[in-house]
Amino acid sequence: MQPFEAIVAEHGPVVMRVCRALLGPVDAQDAWSETFLAALRAYPGLRSGSNVRGWLVTIAHNKAVDQIRVRTRVPVPTGAVPERTERIGAPGPEPLDTEIHGALAALPPKQRGAVVYRYLADLAYSEVAALLGCSETAARRSASDGIAALRRHYGKDLS
Amino acid sequence: MNDRQLIDRMTGAADDVALAQLRVRLAEQAAEEGLLDVAYRTMDSPIGPLLLAATPAGLVRVAFDRENHDAVLVELSAAISPRVLRSSRRVDNVARQLDEYFAGRRRSFDVPVDLQLSKGFRRAVLAHLLEIPYGRRESYTVVARAAGNAKAVRAAGSACATNPIPLVVPCHRVVRTDGTYGQYRGGPEAKHMLLTMEAASDSNL
Repeated sequence: MQPFEAIVAEHGPVVMRVCRALLGPVDAQDAWSETFLAALRAYPGLRSGSNVRGWLVTIAHNKAVDQIRVRTRVPVPTGAVPERTERIGAPGPEPLDTEIHGALAALPPKQRGAVVYRYLADLAYSEVAALLGCSETAARRSASDGIAALRRHYGKDLS
Repeated sequence: MNDRQLIDRMTGAADDVALAQLRVRLAEQAAEEGLLDVAYRTMDSPIGPLLLAATPAGLVRVAFDRENHDAVLVELSAAISPRVLRSSRRVDNVARQLDEYFAGRRRSFDVPVDLQLSKGFRRAVLAHLLEIPYGRRESYTVVARAAGNAKAVRAAGSACATNPIPLVVPCHRVVRTDGTYGQYRGGPEAKHMLLTMEAASDSNL
């Protein structure tokens, strides 16, 4: 079994990008931390030969679902938003193409999930389907519809 | 632009600095929650880069460059736990004391050691090695007797040669009866360098 440090080094970046795609850049950091802490806890029991990336993305998916659930339950305060001092990382230029990221966020959840898990996390459609709770065919269709929508939106400058 | 590039552009590259900080925080949280079974760091030394690894009980492994640190981490993962993370906090004190030792300003180490990687007679040998003072040398014969089996000279030799915590458990102070150095996990040059250094600075402290 690989030392967990090697797992973090290999898969940390892709899990971060999945978290950002699902939650946006700020909440992504908490989701990343929770994902790897949960993974560390369970890691000794992981069967050898498991698809580690798929396993981690599944955990990240569940953490993101939890966060979104909390987010929708807690009423958003009106007025001034308190500054998030706990955010890790120096402020700097926003590396996201925010306009395009907005388009991703605007996709229906199933399409967004299918696009992220298929094209970003590089999972097989069978795994995408398991995460989204749908058939493999439906997962394929969601991914292709999602990509088509994004291309339709930005087709001109993305050619 | 293909589909993958489209998504790449949408999510941006992962920020290396933020990720590095998140990894530090992960190790800290893991330690707080009792999930950091093996913490490690590396350090430079006059005998090459060293790997220092510790369990919550204490220093469990010191590895030389020639042992291949990645391979050693895989061994620790199998022998102790795969919950292995790079994290300085638990081993910084060891690194500082080793720096002082190599600078000739320290003669003994004050750090907890975890001897779990050695069993039986080998462990008894290591426990005895901790009592050999700075600058002194002992023969494998004397070590075997002190560890409880005067006939087990070869076994005492292999216990020294496979010592998981060299430097801190000073197996380099054990030499052959004829005065030649015998084998060492860090290589014969490293053993020679350590014994020469200890002999030279012994009177200066």
